[in-house]
Amino acid sequence: MSESKQALADWTAGTEAIVYQSCGVCGNLQYFRRSFCSACGAPDPVEKRASGEGTVYATSLVCRAATPETRVHIPYNIVLVDTTEGFRMMAHGDHDLAIGDKVTARFAPFAGRLVPYFAR
Amino acid sequence: MSFVTGVGLTSYGKHEGSSSLDLMSKAAELAIADAGLKRADIDGVLCGYSTVSPHIMLATVFAEHFGIRPSYAHAVQVGGATGLAMTMLAHHLVEANVVRHVLVVAGENRLTGQSRDASILALAQVGHPHYEVPLGPTIPAYYGLVASRYMHEYGVTQEDLAEFAVLMRSHALAHPGAQFHDPITVADVMASKPVALPLKLLDCCPVSDGGAAFVISRERTGETGVRVRGCAQAHTHQHVTAAPALSELGAEIAIARAKQAAGVAISDVRYAAVYDSFSITLAMLLEDLGLAGRGEAASRVRSGYFSRDGAMPLNTHGGLLSYGHCGVGGAMAHLVETHLQMTGRAANRQVRDASVALLHGDGGVLSSHVSMFLERVR
Repeated sequence: MSESKQALADWTAGTEAIVYQSCGVCGNLQYFRRSFCSACGAPDPVEKRASGEGTVYATSLVCRAATPETRVHIPYNIVLVDTTEGFRMMAHGDHDLAIGDKVTARFAPFAGRLVPYFAR
Repeated sequence: MSFVTGVGLTSYGKHEGSSSLDLMSKAAELAIADAGLKRADIDGVLCGYSTVSPHIMLATVFAEHFGIRPSYAHAVQVGGATGLAMTMLAHHLVEANVVRHVLVVAGENRLTGQSRDASILALAQVGHPHYEVPLGPTIPAYYGLVASRYMHEYGVTQEDLAEFAVLMRSHALAHPGAQFHDPITVADVMASKPVALPLKLLDCCPVSDGGAAFVISRERTGETGVRVRGCAQAHTHQHVTAAPALSELGAEIAIARAKQAAGVAISDVRYAAVYDSFSITLAMLLEDLGLAGRGEAASRVRSGYFSRDGAMPLNTHGGLLSYGHCGVGGAMAHLVETHLQMTGRAANRQVRDASVALLHGDGGVLSSHVSMFLERVR
């Protein structure tokens, strides 16, 4: 796992990685990138690459999509995963995932992009 | 002190050829007439938004179109909580002597003015643009996630959730303005098309055309006064990924603050008007608000507790699920119905006692909450 004060590339920019931020002052973790800590306001949280391990928090199998690009993928399972590092993220996953399952991330193509995809 | 002095509501469903401004104007005219006022009496305007006709200054667009020159006007955007948030603001504006009569208005031709896909897509944008929207979620999927977790933690079943859709439909059958007029059963809900599991088509509110409006005034204009007794908000997050634990959601915070502001207890409440974008929304909010114990709301539906002749009549017009959902106006229909009930004008839907009402709105993905108590004064 790498650490950086600089922005690390992640799946939102097409790189096969999940990145989060950790506050050097209060220790708060955040998934949505910002230039400051959302808990204490301290600047420049440290960027870290996540292991891709986690536990399923919630699931919803999407059967009705709203665009031609997403419609070709239905049904697709949207999941919320609590990562072992301690932040929560949205991703795709196997259709038979249940809440509480231990899962690992890979990356899969979806609607012209790369998205995190979890399986047991 | 502030009073809801007039209400106006169109039918929900298809209004072919009507624009958002047309529907807003129709509802506004009804509300002003209901308050016994004239257009010129309105000195404040609060309006919602229209996804069909977005505008950076909708309140003044409406005021010009409607032919009034208010001394206070702007739009408000809090998703599904917008109607009650506007009412709360109007309450404080008249209490602070800024204006005398605030017109709160919303309307949208969301069904016939754009495709269903366009509506679904527009609403999905409440998700995070980088970390959620690229995954192709829809509003039903955001709520589907919440539903799966709620069912897991509290032992609620899909059949339990279906009860809320059936109840709302049975109430809508008694309202000529409702979008749906065919009765449904739990089996119908269970057999309806999957949308974002565990939510199926009949667990979801429809997309509708419609308009709703009220007038909030410093003094009552009719014999029976419907007074805003107290209200409060809570905003814990925007995106479902960033939502707190189920036990820490904003509804519980908002209702605790509103009870304090109003000096009212849940045991005082005789009528409930609760946001019901999905069956899960209604189930969760009823339990968060204290109108049922955890995991017990569905059994209260089955026992008739929330029926028209039950101990706590709920959304007697049919709610978003069956009266319809035209955006901001959607949940404003809850307040219109509450007003009719409190003033004894709900005709075949009239409940025995609506002397104290609790209203609750939710915007985003359980992100923004407004709780409000209304009280009848004679």
